[in-house]
Amino acid sequence: MKAFETFETPTAARVNYINAEYGLKSWLLTKDHKRIALLYLGSISAFFFIGGLYAMFIRLELLTPQGDLLSSTTYNKVFTQHGIIMVFFFLIPSIPATLGNFLVPMMIGAKDLAFPRINLLSWYLYLLGGIITIWALLAGGVDTGWTFYAPYSTTFSNSYVVATGVGIFISGFSSILTGLNFIVTIHTMRAPGMTWFRLPLFIWSHYATSLVMILGTPVIAITILLLAFERLAHVGIFDPANGGDPVLFQHLFWFYSHPAVYIMVLPGMGVVSELIANFSRKNIFGYKFVAFSSLAIAVFGFLVWGHHLFVASQSVYAGMIFSFLSFAVAIPSAIKVFNWTATLYKGSISYDTPMLYALGFIGLFTVGGMTGLFLASLAVDVHLSDTYFIVAHFHYIMVGGTLLAYLGGLHYWWPKITGRMYPEGWGRFSALVVFVGFNLTFLPQFIAGYLGMPRRYHAYPPEFQVFNVLSTAGASILGVGLVIPFIYLLWSMRYGKHAEPNPWHLPGLEWRTASPPPTENFLATPIVTWEAYEFAPPEEMQVIGKLKNEGLEVADAVIDGK
Amino acid sequence: MAEGITVGHEASHPALQHHFENLEQQREAGALGMWVFLVTEIMFFGGMFLAYTLYRTKFPAAFASASNHLDLTLGAVNTVVLILSSFTMALAVYSAQVGKRRNQLICLILTILLGLTFLGIKAVEYRDKYEDSLIPGSLIPGRPFNPAVQEHGQPYDKHKLHLLPGANVKNVEMFYWIYFAMTGMHAVHMIIGVGVLLVILYFSWRGRYGPEYHNPVEISGLYWHFVDIVWIFLFPLLYLLGRHLEH
Amino acid sequence: MQTSWIPFVPESASTISGRVDALYFYLSGVTLFFAILISSVLIFFVIKYRRRSPFEIPRPIAGSHKLETLWSVIPLIIAMSMFAWGAQIYFENSRTPKNANEIYVVGKQWMWKIQHSTGQREINELHVPTGRKIKLIMTSEDTIHDLFLPAFRIKADVLPGRYTTQWFEATKPGTYHLFCAEYCGMNHSGMIGSVIVMQPTDFDNWLSGNASQQSPAVAGQQLFQSLGCVSCHGANGEGGRGPTLAGLFGRRVFLTNNQTLTADEGYIRESIENPSAKVVAGFNPIMPTFQGQVTPEQLIQIISYIKSLQVTGAPASPASTSSTPSTSSPAATSQATPAAVATPQPNPK
Repeated sequence: MKAFETFETPTAARVNYINAEYGLKSWLLTKDHKRIALLYLGSISAFFFIGGLYAMFIRLELLTPQGDLLSSTTYNKVFTQHGIIMVFFFLIPSIPATLGNFLVPMMIGAKDLAFPRINLLSWYLYLLGGIITIWALLAGGVDTGWTFYAPYSTTFSNSYVVATGVGIFISGFSSILTGLNFIVTIHTMRAPGMTWFRLPLFIWSHYATSLVMILGTPVIAITILLLAFERLAHVGIFDPANGGDPVLFQHLFWFYSHPAVYIMVLPGMGVVSELIANFSRKNIFGYKFVAFSSLAIAVFGFLVWGHHLFVASQSVYAGMIFSFLSFAVAIPSAIKVFNWTATLYKGSISYDTPMLYALGFIGLFTVGGMTGLFLASLAVDVHLSDTYFIVAHFHYIMVGGTLLAYLGGLHYWWPKITGRMYPEGWGRFSALVVFVGFNLTFLPQFIAGYLGMPRRYHAYPPEFQVFNVLSTAGASILGVGLVIPFIYLLWSMRYGKHAEPNPWHLPGLEWRTASPPPTENFLATPIVTWEAYEFAPPEEMQVIGKLKNEGLEVADAVIDGK
Repeated sequence: MAEGITVGHEASHPALQHHFENLEQQREAGALGMWVFLVTEIMFFGGMFLAYTLYRTKFPAAFASASNHLDLTLGAVNTVVLILSSFTMALAVYSAQVGKRRNQLICLILTILLGLTFLGIKAVEYRDKYEDSLIPGSLIPGRPFNPAVQEHGQPYDKHKLHLLPGANVKNVEMFYWIYFAMTGMHAVHMIIGVGVLLVILYFSWRGRYGPEYHNPVEISGLYWHFVDIVWIFLFPLLYLLGRHLEH
Repeated sequence: MQTSWIPFVPESASTISGRVDALYFYLSGVTLFFAILISSVLIFFVIKYRRRSPFEIPRPIAGSHKLETLWSVIPLIIAMSMFAWGAQIYFENSRTPKNANEIYVVGKQWMWKIQHSTGQREINELHVPTGRKIKLIMTSEDTIHDLFLPAFRIKADVLPGRYTTQWFEATKPGTYHLFCAEYCGMNHSGMIGSVIVMQPTDFDNWLSGNASQQSPAVAGQQLFQSLGCVSCHGANGEGGRGPTLAGLFGRRVFLTNNQTLTADEGYIRESIENPSAKVVAGFNPIMPTFQGQVTPEQLIQIISYIKSLQVTGAPASPASTSSTPSTSSPAATSQATPAAVATPQPNPK
């Protein structure tokens, strides 16, 4: 292993982005994409914790069929707020705003994102939106379901719909700005030699995600605005009494919210592409197919929203077209799964924690994606709409997909982000617990769903209890599995083993600089002469630029003297 | 390395930000950023255009009646004003590119004045609608939507709503909400545009922009033209379509 | 298809439920196959190609167009088979049979109000016979609801301000769940009830034991008189200053703007609430709006009465009031408003 050590001493004394400046102000006013990623990481974790608490209450309530723990009003607020927090304040920003923010510039060899100030602004918008939403939840909560369907949300609900809407509206702009920043950065700031087809697939998937963010998010913004005015001033645009059409709201809502599913899962696919290739030391099988399938998903994703409206009085023919397109959008996802699997063939596969998460992702995403076909299929969807089958399906995508990829990515880049290793044994153990707990939680819900248990039910017929008990038991295991990494990752920030610049011995650009990286990522602008995932003997995958222990001054001298 | 402006780089223009390699890269990033932003703006307005299309098809008579009540003259004047302002904006960008500071200042001031003229005329139109009680819903408390309707055979009164056969006042209200939402959102963009141009004017007065560096002028120009183009769509959709049904 | 022996499948009690189950089994089979295939290949590779030395670098494999084509085309074919199968059942089921018995359903927070065409009212219960086609005509008094009958594998949203329909033919006597499947507020999970499927003879007995209320058509007739409709449309809908209503339902109607449409529930409702929107050729738009004066339930009664009006003028017996034209399938009815969208109507004086 000696051959890989490019630094003479551990990194403790070296100047990096974390210790370059001190004080709260240096964090709150930072324009460094890596620091902003950490700000996001902290705030997103907080929201995940809140969303998780709500999930706990949902599962406890559903342990018994009577609806005895919470009142129905409280329960309705709890599941609504679980959805809103998890979707808008955890899943959508999760991978792009933390890992993406940290890694997009590093992977393409740039010093920062194209618009650092806008990047910071996007975090503040996210935070502001989040605080307004939390305020709305504390002030009395919201009970419309995260889908805000009119006319319930505009006329009948007595909860804080507008305040929550404002929170989501504002955080939506954070998402738009992140997407804009990524697109411009990927287009204009690639290092010399970093051609489009040398980009890591993480970048391709973030590019596709960004497309969805900039095209979809404005539509939900205007939709929420119209909804808020409808509620406040009764202008009639979604109100049948004025000739308005409540189904128009559903169309506008799903025009964003279905592609939003791809905002959540595409970055996860990018992470998994990295993990699969790097932990089997193989270039990805069918690179271009995986890359373009991300774009295909982003584009087709905009054409399938109507499959949420098969039972919402949509015309038969519209239903058939949307069903057809929904089946078509499954193909690029299938291509990805097959290519990931083929990448492992004749690889050199290690069993590190990130790889376990990636393998778990493929399995669960396959189930999640295939059960999506049930819902694209018209006749079956009529039966399954608004049942627990849907709940199980999208949790397989959102939790089994996005969350697992997020955790895998977090472990994978943890040494780069913090300069410390996480404890491998605990990592593997918790990955296993998460996998078991997750399946036990959501597999029974598929069955309950086909048996007819409707979603958003506070009390339910007793025959469904067995599935709910299993689900609650699984959720407890899942909860434990998620608390373990939270604890040991925090612990490792202080007590973990110091990480080498390239602990996994990989060719990616982000591994060719110090851990943690210096403020401008690289000591000299890298010149890329290798393909993506081109594994070479360790001495050829060294850190770019010379670095000694003297600190930043030396680093600057290297750049200026170039 | 400290944030902000790097001194000592080879292309050490004071406006070059530390994370860009050179001014050309910075310019490209800025322009592309604005284009991407404008795409999001199109989608933002797109939601309202969809609502307009849907309800106009559903209630053509009501939408035509409501549209006929809008002041065509003021709308047309405003269209001319905006097109002129786009012209002066283009000249301002050109002057910056060729380094004519005086022309640049004059054109920017003209653009801002034209923008303000547009907003002034818009305010007059809004006041007229307020006086005719055409503000939908309870947008303005105490002034519900309650227009006077022209009865058949009565003398013409321009403050009264002329309902075409088949038009329902409820649906006229829908038109006016879409009208206020779209023109209001457009006016918000105009106000932001004027604000941006004031900043540009200040830096332009300080002599910051020249042939080497005029990126901000250029991308503000892009934004201004976009806002102009939105109006070019709004004007015929709101003011003109259905006018032939008047008689 | 008899499916009761298979675990995790709900009671199958309608003519369509077996067909839906068959497709569901196909989908489940394909899902299981691929899930098992991919996980076993993954596990096999992960074990077989585990890292044996920290320094090994496997030979790169670029990819294979043949394989890519193979695993794009095969899933596409499978997906299209699923699409075709699902769409076929859905499409066939979207056409309501002509001889279906009509039952009116009004959803409101948080109960289902149901009325049979013979007049019997029920709340949160729906009695139906086996072997007869039943068409549910549904609307909501407040927010969106959704009538979900899992044993029949059908559901459809119930919307305010328009009519949606769904139909079924029950096959097996028993008591099954009736759920609201669209979240509608506080007591959403309490908006449940049961469908009681009976043998036709039992059902007829039940009907006659409950026939204390007037049928919707009769109630509609009273409203027709009390609201003053008779003064223009004639005592028996034979027409006058207003167009003839007898035999109107399901007929082509010529409008003043030279367009035609088929009179369905949506059209009649629109003509009551916004009369000048689509005026019949040869008539003046003089009818006042009745919006806000009639409840959704009363609207249903009036529509039911108008449906019952035969060309001869007299209300026919409710049993024979179910002539539903094929154009009034759930699609057509639920599309009533979008259909109106498609016809620009500069309306006549």
